[in-house]
Amino acid sequence: MVSVRGDWTMTGILSLTTFLPMAGVAAILLLKVLGQSGERADNAARWIALVTTLATFALSVLLVVRFDPSNPGFQFVEEIPWFAGLSYRMGVDGISVLFVLLTAFLLPICIIASWKSVEKRVLEYMVAFLVLEVLVIGVFCALDLILFYLFFEAGLVPMFLIIGIWGGKNRVYAAFKFFLYTLLGSVLMLAAILTMIGVAGTSSIPELMTHKFAGWLQPWLWIAFFASFAVKMPMWPVHTWLPDAHVEAPTAGSVILAGILLKMGGYGFMRFSIPMFPHASDMFAPLVFALSAVAIVYTSLVAFRQTDIKKLIAYSSVAHMGFVTMGIFSGNAAGEQGAIFQMLSHGVISGALFLCVGVVYDRMHTREIAFYGGLVNRMPWYAATFMLFTMGNVGLPGTSGFVGEILTMTGVYQASTWTAFVSATGVILSAMYALTLYRRVVFGEMTNPALAQITDLDRREVLIFAPLVISTLYLGFQPDVVFNITGASVDALVGAWRAALAG
Amino acid sequence: MTPETFSLIWPEVILAGATLILLVFGAFRGRGGVLFNGLAVLTLAAAAVAAIVGPHGRGFAGGLVVDQLAVFAKVAIYAASAVSIVLGDRWLARKGESKFEFPVLVLLAALGMGMMVSAGDLISLYIGVELHSLALYVLAAFRRDDAKGSEAGLKYFVLGALSSGLLLYGASLIYGFAGSTHFDAIAASVQDHAGVGVLFGLVFVICGLAFKVSAAPFHMWTPDVYEGAPTPIVGFFAAAPKLAAMVLLARLLQEGFADAVAQWRQVILVVALASVAVGAFAGLVQNNLKRLWAYSSIANIGYALIGLAAGGEAGIQAMLMFMVLYMIDVTGFFACLTALQRDGRPMETIDDMAGLFRERPGLALAMTAFSLSALGLPPFSGFFAKFYVFKAALDAGLAWAAVAALVGSVVAAFYYLRLIKVMWFDAAPSATDKPAFDAQAIAIGGALFSFPVAVVALVWLDPVSRAAAAVFGG
Repeated sequence: MVSVRGDWTMTGILSLTTFLPMAGVAAILLLKVLGQSGERADNAARWIALVTTLATFALSVLLVVRFDPSNPGFQFVEEIPWFAGLSYRMGVDGISVLFVLLTAFLLPICIIASWKSVEKRVLEYMVAFLVLEVLVIGVFCALDLILFYLFFEAGLVPMFLIIGIWGGKNRVYAAFKFFLYTLLGSVLMLAAILTMIGVAGTSSIPELMTHKFAGWLQPWLWIAFFASFAVKMPMWPVHTWLPDAHVEAPTAGSVILAGILLKMGGYGFMRFSIPMFPHASDMFAPLVFALSAVAIVYTSLVAFRQTDIKKLIAYSSVAHMGFVTMGIFSGNAAGEQGAIFQMLSHGVISGALFLCVGVVYDRMHTREIAFYGGLVNRMPWYAATFMLFTMGNVGLPGTSGFVGEILTMTGVYQASTWTAFVSATGVILSAMYALTLYRRVVFGEMTNPALAQITDLDRREVLIFAPLVISTLYLGFQPDVVFNITGASVDALVGAWRAALAG
Repeated sequence: MTPETFSLIWPEVILAGATLILLVFGAFRGRGGVLFNGLAVLTLAAAAVAAIVGPHGRGFAGGLVVDQLAVFAKVAIYAASAVSIVLGDRWLARKGESKFEFPVLVLLAALGMGMMVSAGDLISLYIGVELHSLALYVLAAFRRDDAKGSEAGLKYFVLGALSSGLLLYGASLIYGFAGSTHFDAIAASVQDHAGVGVLFGLVFVICGLAFKVSAAPFHMWTPDVYEGAPTPIVGFFAAAPKLAAMVLLARLLQEGFADAVAQWRQVILVVALASVAVGAFAGLVQNNLKRLWAYSSIANIGYALIGLAAGGEAGIQAMLMFMVLYMIDVTGFFACLTALQRDGRPMETIDDMAGLFRERPGLALAMTAFSLSALGLPPFSGFFAKFYVFKAALDAGLAWAAVAALVGSVVAAFYYLRLIKVMWFDAAPSATDKPAFDAQAIAIGGALFSFPVAVVALVWLDPVSRAAAAVFGG
């Protein structure tokens, strides 16, 4: 592969990828300023959003193609001095570049998924999603602490609006809970960020990764970052905002939330907690293992008892994130690789599962499990799709879900055998709740007369699911495509952590 | 008075002279109007230019200081005053109450505030405070026929007089124990040991000034006065006078009591954290937006005071940045309230704002930006304001205060979100009136500054404010 360093054609590619959706925002605002409204303006806004997100996706694909996997450092770096010693500094490495791709991949799907189900205030809806895309991609590209915080925190506002305006019955409560919960976590992180800048005298993430923070300071900083990322992730016991937010959010909002926003927590652990506070990470690893194990078992059991399909999937997300956190803190390449893979895979599968719920919700306007049953009789294609993603959720070999789970467990087995043992039961539990859900919704006799006229997937829905199906299977059979890209950076991360602990 | 001394006070001379001329002109003419306001704004612009190009130094036996800090604050104060003249007079004109006294009073207040930020001894401190306060009392009660406005003016005056009394009493104690009214002489007397008497006096002076910036526990007047006074005028005295009083306090503490930092820091910190707590919790139960923003301003003054408590160049710069960025938010927010009417009645409660986004998307977006900025959420300017404050606090070893204040901001987040929720989620009961052009323009301009202009403007504001704060560095 050609080395990208010094390739002028890629100059500014990260800023372009990040801020391209703003062009769509500007175009939609122009519609609004021109006083356009009604069906035509709504359609125009949908198309503008779709084209912009697709263009962003194309750029992110280019980014991954031109990414040099053998280089563990940051690539495509851009730097413009800002004020007070801060910089506008962007760059990606093997850990972050795939999250940019995931974000850009899911956004067009979200837009198509909302094509018909969102009918009120379409212009605002599309603007909210495009702004959210800017902020999320920014989070993964930022190489300056304050810039990172800026993107990280600003993302709360569009999500607050998405849940609060286009959500379900109890949306206002859920929106407030989401916002305040995450804000409380992040202000503590802000305090830690400012302390770090004060102590190290720089806000550059690459420089901070090599700065050795004092032993007594590390646990405090670690806890402050943990407060933010654990809420975002979310980890047990601070996960309670997630089911509420998911249940009330519109389908595409849930996809973004589960598919991308949760990953910011895991990304944060890998980008900040481990390289910057290696001693504290080692010290607190048992705590993370314990919380992860509890999360996997407890939330799986909670998921089993749910009567609302979306809530069940939300709890299963918490359980799956447990695998990610324990993999991250396992301290070996298998665990880290597995964690990244699990995040990517979960982004696709949980997004797809929420879309599956959206399909029946759009038709019947209820998410009660008991309402459904026997859908396979009227919706064979839907049943097959739902089956695939249910299996992915369970972690069936051949789907991407398997790779992440097995690798994180392999990794954590070396660090803490007991955690691996407990979390392995989570695999069984996940099969229990996921298959039960599937059986009750899809199989059996169709007893509810309201379902008699339900229709199978239409062309638009096939278009949504096709890329998700392909990526789930492709990643399941060819996980190497991910590991090739993440490998060098993960090795560097693990190597630096070991070196810091040894020295 | 030597010519050199005289050249230091050009801004004051311009303001005072023009004010008197305008007063006479107005008295003969009997009415104000666009021309009159234009002259007042021009006067402020001329004073600002004079302040920028004028020489620095000390005059009047040290009673008046002109330095980078004073110039920085003066320009900000004059600019805010000019905006208020436009906003306030157009509003009064729509009520049929345009009077030529309005711009004159704002000019007098600006003159007083300019003296406050240049005060080098206790006498000029007091003259500046009184000059601007008296103008503000009248402005608060400017609509004489309005019962609430008169009540607000009276309350402001009575409590303001009390605080002036405290201030004066404290100043006399300082003078008695330190033997001088000059800040540098006071500094010399407290250099080795600050006696109980002089600290007693200092606490009284801090109390008096805390009243002016509406810091808890001297904040009681704020919600009532904000609620009763005319909306655009509230926008004025929520902004510039607080900057002036904060700069004055900074100068008194940093110049006069630099060596007693251990003693006054705890006082300021208590006041600051009390303000953050009061502003955050009491704001939760407000339904009137003007009262809500009164509590918001109390909380925000708390943050600025944390910067002051941190002290040093970084702390003072943080305070300055915070106040300037906050001034723009608060002016813009009250411009929004000025612009909004429904069936000829002002929209002042949170419920009035229901569905505003569908009715007036521009103003609703602006109010959202101001609210999020006041909350300190990135990428709005308020975040950078807090960034400076907390960084200064952490560097000064006040981590616990910074964390406490940050947690306070999460509580306050609830009421800002409530406003946003009402504007964005709820349905509008009926149509709003067409907003006035001037108020809307000021509101949108302020919101655009808050984001995205501030992101770029900080590159320029940062060194300017650092230079202003550096007067205490050396």
